[in-house]
Amino acid sequence: MSEVAVKGAVKHYGTVAALDGVDLTFADGEFFGLLGPSGSGKTTLLRAIAGFIELDRGEIRIDGTDISRIPVHQRNIGMVFQNYALFPHMNVAENIAFGLDVRSVAAAEIKQRVSESLDLVRLSGLDQRRPKQLSGGQQQRVALARALVTRPQVLLLDEPLSALDKHLRQEMQVELRRIQRQIGITTIFVTHDQEEALTLSDRVAIFNKGQVVQAGSPRAVYERPVDRFAAGFLGEANFLDGRVSVIAGGVARVVLSTGGEILTPAADLALNEAVLIALRPEKISIDPAPAGAAAMPNRILGTVVAAIFSGSSLTYRIAVGDRIFIVFEQNKSRAPLPEQSAVILEWPTADNVVVKP
Amino acid sequence: MKNLADAGIRFYLILVLVFLYVPILVMAVLAFNKSPLYALPFEFDLVWFKALMENDRLLKAGLNSVLIALANTVIATSLGTMAAVAFGRYTFRGKTMMQALLFPPIAIPWLVIGTAMLVFFFWIGRAIGYPGIARGLHAILLGHVALSLPYVIFVVGTRLNDYPKALEEAAATLGATPCQVFRRVSVPILAPGVVAASLFAFAVSFDQFVISYFLAPPGVTTLPVEIYTSIRKGFTPEINAISTIIILVSMGLMLIVARFYRFGGERSGNE
Repeated sequence: MSEVAVKGAVKHYGTVAALDGVDLTFADGEFFGLLGPSGSGKTTLLRAIAGFIELDRGEIRIDGTDISRIPVHQRNIGMVFQNYALFPHMNVAENIAFGLDVRSVAAAEIKQRVSESLDLVRLSGLDQRRPKQLSGGQQQRVALARALVTRPQVLLLDEPLSALDKHLRQEMQVELRRIQRQIGITTIFVTHDQEEALTLSDRVAIFNKGQVVQAGSPRAVYERPVDRFAAGFLGEANFLDGRVSVIAGGVARVVLSTGGEILTPAADLALNEAVLIALRPEKISIDPAPAGAAAMPNRILGTVVAAIFSGSSLTYRIAVGDRIFIVFEQNKSRAPLPEQSAVILEWPTADNVVVKP
Repeated sequence: MKNLADAGIRFYLILVLVFLYVPILVMAVLAFNKSPLYALPFEFDLVWFKALMENDRLLKAGLNSVLIALANTVIATSLGTMAAVAFGRYTFRGKTMMQALLFPPIAIPWLVIGTAMLVFFFWIGRAIGYPGIARGLHAILLGHVALSLPYVIFVVGTRLNDYPKALEEAAATLGATPCQVFRRVSVPILAPGVVAASLFAFAVSFDQFVISYFLAPPGVTTLPVEIYTSIRKGFTPEINAISTIIILVSMGLMLIVARFYRFGGERSGNE
């Protein structure tokens, strides 16, 4: 089991920087999600670790050894591809045995380890099937078993669940996590599905334009995004901009450019500073506004523009001045608030997160 | 109602096949008829096959055809497979344009291509001071290779495109050296396509008339050219006999192509 360290990774395609100075350390046994829009560099990084891409600059170390010059087949990695890439001319057992076979492992040991791997991914009994005779989820398991049977130092997953339907995907998420925990392998996976990243990962890194915008535990990144991109990419956010008018007792009072005031923790803020604040839609509570209700800090008045019903939850679009607020509400017993009705939005001071623009 | 429609479809398809095969069947049957004037009633005899065995010109031409077809198969299949792999697995400048340029030659009439080749070879011959080099078996072979390359690239390329590059990458991550990847993953996956392509290359060359006719110097012929010459001189059922043999060989090859090419991709799933 191993630590993977990426330092100063740079990769250009023509004038486009696919990786623009990436530093990341993947701790031993960690499940690490790389997130970002397409073209943000996450896949490039994964493929550089695998050895399919040579960096222009920077280095990749596994347990302190620089692997930049080591060809793919000597790197001792396991990789699961987006469409599994099972060998169509081999059956399940032969697919899993491939990595051992090319290393000239003895036949008896191959048999033993293939059968252990099949147990690990719960596919015992299917060893003679061809890949085409398996369901998507089963193919996924075979690909995982094949990648793990050689006991690699690092497991790389390239959007491994994106080809599965939603139910199967959730089942495989649990399965993937169980297997990863059981063998404790350092795992790096690329996904564009933010929920999947949050569910599976010990830590995530958000990529944009070849750089790591933010890395940390899913909760830390979600609750305390550092900038507008991170806040907007991971989940949804309302953005409020204004200027600090008063700082007192560790709390800053911000006058919003659209009118109204909010309070936010004052760390590092200066008087009169322009600030951008991210506010998650589910942190806001929404209620019908009684006649004569007045705005207060962290409490604003608005009008329902739309209420979108999606089963377990409701998404409100609320007009506040010329700005639209997004508000999530659990679908409890109350009927959805009608369009055009006046509402009060309220939220705690701690949920106002100052972010870089 | 459904049965009626089924029967209708079957009847129609039988008509299509009759249309295709009746002339061939008639010709083949007459190869076994004794009369030199194709007179009926039918009288079974192998006399024309015996005559064929003694016809040195036809046999010589047949041997030329087989040799050229075999050489063409080896050369065109190797070059074409490499080209298909280059197109399918690498990116380089001008790739799309090169790929697009592969296919027009298929649509250009053979007559035009044959003329162009003849003129071109003459020009080369004159330029290097050996006008005689313009025609001959080597020129025919070159012409056939040029003609069959697009087919080979297309057939192998189709097979290659059915399988993602990730297969080879996966093999590499599992510890396979580039050589092992090629031998244990690329070759088995490509094999049906390569076999089909080589049969195509053989058939394209073996059946080729126009280019061979243009590029054959006096005294050297291939089978189709010799058949054409014989027919012009007034012909005997010997031609039927040799044609029957050609048809059996060609059909055999094409049936194998159909097996590998059409159904190749699904074999593993249907087992």
